[in-house]
Amino acid sequence: MNFEWCGGKGREERSKKQEARSRKQEARSKNLEQGIHYSPFTIHHLAFTLHTLPFALMSDIVIRAESLGKRYRIGERERYLALRDILARAVSAPARLFRPRKPSSPNGDPTHIWALKDVSFEVCQGEVVGIIGRNGAGKTTLLKILAQVTRPTEGHARLKGRVGSLLEVGTGFHPELTGRENVSLSGAILGMRKKEIERKFDEIVSFAEVEKFIDTPLKYYSTGMQMRLAFAVAAHLEPEILLVDEVLAVGDVAFQKKCLGKMEYVAKQGRTVVFVSHNMPAVTRLCQRGIVIEGGKVILDSDSLEAARRYSSSGVGTSAERRWDDVNSAPGDGVARLIAARVISEGVVAESVDIRNPVSVEMDFLNLKPGADLVSAFSFLNGDGVILFVSADFHESRWGSKPRPRGVFRAKCTVPGNFLAEGQVSVCVEVSTRNPQYEIHFLERDCISFQVVDRGLPGSVRANWGRNMPGLVRPALEWENLYLG
Amino acid sequence: MSTTGAPIPLTDVPVIDITPPSGWLDLNFRELWQFRELLYFFVWRDIKVRYKQTAIGAAWAVLQPLMTMLVFSLFFGRLAKIPSGGLPYPIFYFSALLPWMYFAGALQNATNAVVGQQHVITKVYFPRLVLPLSAVVSGLLDFAIGFVVFLGMMVLYRVHPGKAILTFPAFLLLAVATALGAGLWLSALNAIYRDVHYVVPFLIQFWMFASPVAYPSTLVPERWRWLYGLNPMAGVIEGFRWALTGKGQPPSLLLAASAGAVIVVLIGGLFFFRKMEGTIADVV
Repeated sequence: MNFEWCGGKGREERSKKQEARSRKQEARSKNLEQGIHYSPFTIHHLAFTLHTLPFALMSDIVIRAESLGKRYRIGERERYLALRDILARAVSAPARLFRPRKPSSPNGDPTHIWALKDVSFEVCQGEVVGIIGRNGAGKTTLLKILAQVTRPTEGHARLKGRVGSLLEVGTGFHPELTGRENVSLSGAILGMRKKEIERKFDEIVSFAEVEKFIDTPLKYYSTGMQMRLAFAVAAHLEPEILLVDEVLAVGDVAFQKKCLGKMEYVAKQGRTVVFVSHNMPAVTRLCQRGIVIEGGKVILDSDSLEAARRYSSSGVGTSAERRWDDVNSAPGDGVARLIAARVISEGVVAESVDIRNPVSVEMDFLNLKPGADLVSAFSFLNGDGVILFVSADFHESRWGSKPRPRGVFRAKCTVPGNFLAEGQVSVCVEVSTRNPQYEIHFLERDCISFQVVDRGLPGSVRANWGRNMPGLVRPALEWENLYLG
Repeated sequence: MSTTGAPIPLTDVPVIDITPPSGWLDLNFRELWQFRELLYFFVWRDIKVRYKQTAIGAAWAVLQPLMTMLVFSLFFGRLAKIPSGGLPYPIFYFSALLPWMYFAGALQNATNAVVGQQHVITKVYFPRLVLPLSAVVSGLLDFAIGFVVFLGMMVLYRVHPGKAILTFPAFLLLAVATALGAGLWLSALNAIYRDVHYVVPFLIQFWMFASPVAYPSTLVPERWRWLYGLNPMAGVIEGFRWALTGKGQPPSLLLAASAGAVIVVLIGGLFFFRKMEGTIADVV
């Protein structure tokens, strides 16, 4: 059996602990199986463990989900049966009254859907796990089951510790009550004791920055103030397990920054956090581990970076090369038509590019108008849809800014190595005319994409730095260290 | 990416088991006790919200029984000449209206307790029993206010209840239990079939006439009084009247029947509510 740890030191230490662990396990009686956490690690994570927790931890499992499933009934609910209905049915179809109920068909039952099916995972104490997936994948359902808001149809879960659930901002707020009263009420609903609320009251109010308005009814607050107050209450929850559902999706940028900051703080305190979000940067920043859910099933349970990649790529689904064989259906107009586009690295079409290597993007297009003054441009976007940079061929030596004859052209642009950041990069391909009027002939968004991968090998900017390196780009810069005496 | 703090030692932490709804129903009073502060907060909130921005506020708690008492005294007492067992009509009616108004209000609030709080139920966990329970408890404040007025009336009409008044808390408890029992059934049903909430006012009207509020229970023939007593409010109202005024029917078969009915309704209600909790979470 392969044992891997929730966190810990090197391989040698691990095997020693392994023996101690198995000895302890035998000695332990029934109890909660404080078992060993199995989770697939990438090479990255193993390399990083040297940089993680300085303590030798034998983390306990605090959340264990086994084959959780949730089935919902969809469509029209049966009407409230009145005596009238029963009588009507008895008259029209008497036999139906006595026929036994048909058992619901397994698949293809039009009245039921499985929002979650066979979901199993384990979370260790202190882990911050991100749960990601498309809308409707089942993430919120999973969180609701863990928060005990709804019960699973099958399966079993066990949680160890007090659970705080942040499924929305402002749970329990009542507009007629004052801010002060709402803090008490909301705190109580979220699980704080009366004494705890009193103790933290001032902190909560100052975090929300609503000291002046604390005694006015909530309905007079602006939305921003309400949200800040709501989050302030929630942020001061101190449960062992925190379940957070896309709370950060609401609010302005300042508010989101504050929320993220607080969540980071909470995570650093060693609490276990399960975080559902669409905000990939937040997920990769806060979470060590990511679980991707699609169609109610877990499709990936790995470190957060890989999970984020898997989630983004499954949505976009573009590849490193695309071709349009029929010119008439190809993108473009009477002046220019896109025939092909591709990503090239080390001389071949590549879906995955080493961060140290230069990467080229090419487009092949047909120019139909002799003497056209065309401009080719590429826009590079990251996995979140943020435009990293754009580039056009104005100064290209052969045909840049020069009238072109009819025929097929290939425009190629090379991005130097050690410039792009890790992650998914998608490319937007464009050909347009500048003079006399700016006219776009074709603009293909998400035309081609590739993954920039950094394995920490010699020559990369990352070197062997284990932690997350933020940034939209990752240029290799000149560094100088001088000893000045 | 990594945590720098030492993990919180996991000693004495609650272990939560999440399973699909099963046949065995655990009423889990211990959990309810753990959430007692939340119950307090819900009651406090209900009361606060009820009286915020009201013109007459707490006076409403008094006006309703008073006005009804006046109408009853005039039409049932003075005009219809219903026997009152030697009590002045206002006392006769008010002593019954006090627990009755409490019950009617508590039942209405309890019925809506779950549906009204759907925005909270779908986001946070707490034992759902807290909701109808808080509705039933928050009505006690209005009852207390009305009771004070009643004491004033007793002084006015020079009514001496004697030792019987010591049993009054028991009857109050019976009233609370009835409200809770019926409230549990209705709130669970209302969450699933939303039109239950429209049936309740009618139900309460009917129930009032089936209870000895407007008339004494002596009007019911001796033979049928036990059947009449199956209406738990019959025992409550008679008991209240007897405890508060010293006159009327002392506890007997009627009360025994009522108490029995209350126990059945309450326990049935508790189990039904717990059983429906799973469904409620999905449909509310």
